Amino acid sequence: MDRFLLTGATFCLLLSFCHTLLALGAGRYRPGVFNRVALFGGFVLLTLDLWQRGQAQGSCPINSLFDVLVFMSWSILLIYLLVGPAYHLSLLGAFTSPLVFLVLLFAQLGLAGPPAQGRFARDPWVEAHAALSLIAYGAFALAAVAGLMYLVQDRQLKKRQAGTLFYNLPPVTELGVANARLLWLGFGVLTVGFAAGFMSDLQVNNLKFATSVLIWIGYGLLLALRKTHRLPARRTAYASMVIFGLTLLALPTIQYLSTAK
Amino acid sequence: MNIVCAGINHRSATVDIREKFAVGPQELQRALSRIRDIDGLAGAVIVSTCNRVEYYTASVCPIRVLDGLRGYLKERSGEMDAPLYTHDSPSSVRHLFRVASGLDSMVLGETEILGQLKQAYASATACGATTRHLNKLFQHAFRVAKHVRSETQITRGSTSVGSVAVDLAGKIFGDLGGRTILILGAGEISEKTARSFVSRGAKTVIVANRTFDRAARLAEEIGGMAVHFENWPNIFESVDILICSTSAPQPIITREILGPLLKNRPDRPLFVIDLAVPRDAEAAINDLENVYLFDIDSLEKIVAESLEIRRAEVQRCEKMIDQHVSEFVGWMRNHMAFHA
Repeated sequence: MDRFLLTGATFCLLLSFCHTLLALGAGRYRPGVFNRVALFGGFVLLTLDLWQRGQAQGSCPINSLFDVLVFMSWSILLIYLLVGPAYHLSLLGAFTSPLVFLVLLFAQLGLAGPPAQGRFARDPWVEAHAALSLIAYGAFALAAVAGLMYLVQDRQLKKRQAGTLFYNLPPVTELGVANARLLWLGFGVLTVGFAAGFMSDLQVNNLKFATSVLIWIGYGLLLALRKTHRLPARRTAYASMVIFGLTLLALPTIQYLSTAK
Repeated sequence: MNIVCAGINHRSATVDIREKFAVGPQELQRALSRIRDIDGLAGAVIVSTCNRVEYYTASVCPIRVLDGLRGYLKERSGEMDAPLYTHDSPSSVRHLFRVASGLDSMVLGETEILGQLKQAYASATACGATTRHLNKLFQHAFRVAKHVRSETQITRGSTSVGSVAVDLAGKIFGDLGGRTILILGAGEISEKTARSFVSRGAKTVIVANRTFDRAARLAEEIGGMAVHFENWPNIFESVDILICSTSAPQPIITREILGPLLKNRPDRPLFVIDLAVPRDAEAAINDLENVYLFDIDSLEKIVAESLEIRRAEVQRCEKMIDQHVSEFVGWMRNHMAFHA
């Protein structure tokens, strides 16, 4: 029963993913109500699950790698629901659902264990640091998704192909703008999250600290190069995907190693 | 009550015949009141476009109405027999649903016909020429068109080089409002393409031609400005869309020329439409960052693909229309007693 909400959320995302695959396979995908409802349903169920586990743990439920992945999935959906409609990026949902589905599936199949205990005292700075950092990674995840969409649309234009995705993806210029804005959003939230970390008494190991700083510098550098036009939109899109991919590998690994100790 | 449709279209009659039967907006009211005198006719809607002239009527006696319509058309066209096709319900219902969905159009899936049907129906309603059955029929036809368009790909893509170019520009820039177009070579095809962009909100059109007078003439016609051909690189910084159709034997837009020009406009995409044969733009410019090159072959290929996709969707559209026809015929059967 304790995993009921999480399973329901995963199922919602699976539905959205399958719907997208089937529609694209039939060559008639149009961003629509089904995806939005499925993603919103997944978000509501994840919110309830996090609330339930937060109550049980007595802190923000990010006390294990499993928790981190679930919270990150929630933040990806949160940013999508906030940003997607604003930028008319309905199709972002079609690309977001497989990502969140796979993260949740991995969390549930690979990492599910006994519920984690709250490891740190109720220091609001620590809670803010952890929650904001994960929300920032949610924005970075969506920046990577927008980057992928940019690259798909750019490739279709360069190869002069006008397939189903071509007609349904937003203009390449708008995708480039969305990619950059999501990076700025993530970077801003991550910076505030880091500042909250410095305000707390949280002790982290050097490896985790160094990795976090490297990620922050990586995104900062990427944005600086973009801002000064030294990095074109296409390379920014690539870089946002590569840095997020590395982050996705690095942070859980470090979290896992820290927990194992 | 029966729905009878009689008409001529681009398949059944050539334009010189169609024009004899066309009903202009100014004579529509007169035509409607004239055919309402036909014995047995309860109501009518006249659809007159460049590709079709059709009379949709509600009647309890279709044969008498058809005879009356034939007589009226003969009188209208100066004793010429109209090559009419006729449909009785449910075939007339299916025909209207197909027309509204663009399946009966010259360009499969075109959407302009729906607006024309709506206009025809509004005019007939304003003249008090419709009946309950005709109201229901046309409102259902508008729903069918919407359903077919949203559930299938019958309107997918574009079917002319000009509109494909505009679609592609939309997929590069989004809103075309405020975009600047440079035309190199003042030919007919580049003029048509430029007009497509202007109709979609492009802000400035600059024309450069080897003969300046010709450039000036075209610029005046489409509300743009002309520059001397050798000066086009000087205004290139502000250009978003480049349309080339010169008769130069060698490419005039090469990587070597474009590369340095692009450095002055970082992060600004450039859409190059090369309509010239031999080509004006070197294929290698497509590899440059933010440059999207489409030549005449690639544009025509997209047109062909769009038409192919539309043709492949016809069967699905017909199935959807069949369902709607059954639904409407069912409604008619249940409302036989309440005609007119």
